[in-house]
Amino acid sequence: MIRVFVPRDSFALALDGDAVAAAMAAEARARKLDIEVVRNGSRGLAWLEPLVEVETPQGRLAYGPVTPADVASLFAAKFHEGGQHALALGPTAAIPFLKNQHRLTFARCGLADPLSLADYRAQGGYAGLAAALKKSPADIVAEVTASGLRGRGGAGFPAGIKWQTVLDAPGDAKYICCNADEGDSGTFADRMLMEGDPFLLIEGMTIAAIAVGAREGYLYIRSEYPQAIATMARAVELATLGGYLGKTIQDTEHSFTLHIRTGAGAYICGEETAMLESLEGKRGMVRTKPPIPALEGLFGKPTVINNVLSFAAVPDILARGGTAYAALGMGRSRGTLPFQLAGNVKHGGLVELPFGATLRLLINDFGGGTASGRPIRAVQVGGPLGAYLPASALDTPLDYEAFAGASAMLGHGGITVFDDTVDMGQQARFAMEFCAIESCGKCTPCRIGSQRGVEVIDRIRKGDNSSANLALLTDLCQTMTDASLCAMGGLTPMPVLSALKHFPEDFQPAAKAAE
Amino acid sequence: MSQKPPTPAVDTALAIAAQHGNRPDALLEMLHEIQHRLGFVPDAVIAPLAQTLNRSRAEVFGVISFYHDFRRQPAGRHVVKVCRAEACQARGARATEARLEQRLKIRTGETAPDGSVTLEAVYCLGLCAIGPNLMVDGRLHARAEGKRLENLLAEITS
Repeated sequence: MIRVFVPRDSFALALDGDAVAAAMAAEARARKLDIEVVRNGSRGLAWLEPLVEVETPQGRLAYGPVTPADVASLFAAKFHEGGQHALALGPTAAIPFLKNQHRLTFARCGLADPLSLADYRAQGGYAGLAAALKKSPADIVAEVTASGLRGRGGAGFPAGIKWQTVLDAPGDAKYICCNADEGDSGTFADRMLMEGDPFLLIEGMTIAAIAVGAREGYLYIRSEYPQAIATMARAVELATLGGYLGKTIQDTEHSFTLHIRTGAGAYICGEETAMLESLEGKRGMVRTKPPIPALEGLFGKPTVINNVLSFAAVPDILARGGTAYAALGMGRSRGTLPFQLAGNVKHGGLVELPFGATLRLLINDFGGGTASGRPIRAVQVGGPLGAYLPASALDTPLDYEAFAGASAMLGHGGITVFDDTVDMGQQARFAMEFCAIESCGKCTPCRIGSQRGVEVIDRIRKGDNSSANLALLTDLCQTMTDASLCAMGGLTPMPVLSALKHFPEDFQPAAKAAE
Repeated sequence: MSQKPPTPAVDTALAIAAQHGNRPDALLEMLHEIQHRLGFVPDAVIAPLAQTLNRSRAEVFGVISFYHDFRRQPAGRHVVKVCRAEACQARGARATEARLEQRLKIRTGETAPDGSVTLEAVYCLGLCAIGPNLMVDGRLHARAEGKRLENLLAEITS
């Protein structure tokens, strides 16, 4: 039997992946070929999706992007035996975009049916849990601390310190919460992982639960990710049936029950305390800190809150040791980060690399430049609250501290490329508009400031008393930065001020008119 | 308030709440299911739901109004969500949104007067490398421009 892989990741589904899979199965039947169509996760080569692979004696060969109309000609070319075709890409592992990555978290993603527990175990899955079950809680936390793992959600807080705080907190009820409210534009790594390797996330959360003494966990997934929700829900059922969740995990005294909760279209619920409110069935209003969630989190109990990629990094850290993980990276940014190449880039997708690579390497060498073929003008790193950097800043190393030094942030590793047709005044206005739409409304600088920000930028762009209004905008941004309760209002000035700093010409109506 | 006789909508809402053990923290899950079953969250379910969950009506209403997903009126027969976020902007989402508004003859956020279609904004569908992106009746569509967009529009408006 020949195995053919057609991804069921949203990238492929949004490009007729189901129709391709159905056509493959139908064509195989018509030709009386013994072919099994496996629906795998995505390998992360988004521009080639649906990326169809076939297992051959020479390894896995790739074809893409495949449309339903290509299926008949692929069979005619005997692609199932590795035949030549206009869409042939050769061995998947040799495609430079994949070959030049250093995948730890995404090592397994896209290799197999994401809902096959047997495949997961055959590919090294649950080795991290096995290692954790042999350790004391304090030793598990020590391993995570030794790895140097920092929160992958954006803030970069050391995971070991957070876990230690929860471990040391008194109380019988503690919770593990996974923030899968991946709302930042330009990011899709959480989604890909949940759709492509769901047991890895479950394993990471289970290890966290054992480390801090939690028996219940919540996975909060945004409603915009129906495929991730369905995949995770099924994976939780399968893990429970397999003795990896529920009571007496792997016949030990540990128990861990995992609940999945669906967001409802509120960007602010990616902020950890707003997420807690939402998990409690309330409006997603930000909480004041302190108390920190590690001490008073979900339902007022000590709670570990981490991002999908943070939990997903943990099994490898336990399986191979914290020091092996820490050997990668630069400065205080240890290990790898799954970067996401997005926007106007020719070869977009997921690129996992140790910290320290440059934007230029990612965008030019991996990304192949812009999709439009026009020059790069601006790059927004770290989502809607991240800075817009000019093409001259592409040599900045991708490291938390280096980005902070450049008045920017790495965030969740999303990199959105814009070509020279972008109007940066319009982008700055959008940053304020987005904040106005998505603000929870609890604090004034964010709720009112964002609305006033839109109005002031409109006046500047119309040439209405520009210099006075520019001063007002700068002052408003300072107020939002200093006085907002959370990162939503506090960081919205980052895209605005970076656009103003690097692209002042786009805020002058005269220049616009002259175009 | 005066007790009104239960309606099918209220029965549905209370049955869904019961499936979640009437736990107030599951309110979002309940509202998603109510909307899935009824097409929207009718105002009539607010008071009974609040009473069942031991929350105030204001709290339940507040949750419905806070989250973009929940609607208090039925949507059009087709729901088109167009991504307006940065990565899609960089790939031509503004032109896609303008084309949708032009062909559907409504603005984003509106439902056609004949109830045929609702056009809504969404901020990121997680397909940021292959935009502009849409979700139509729960299904994802990437590279929604040119012929792919016109084919979709033909399906929606037929």
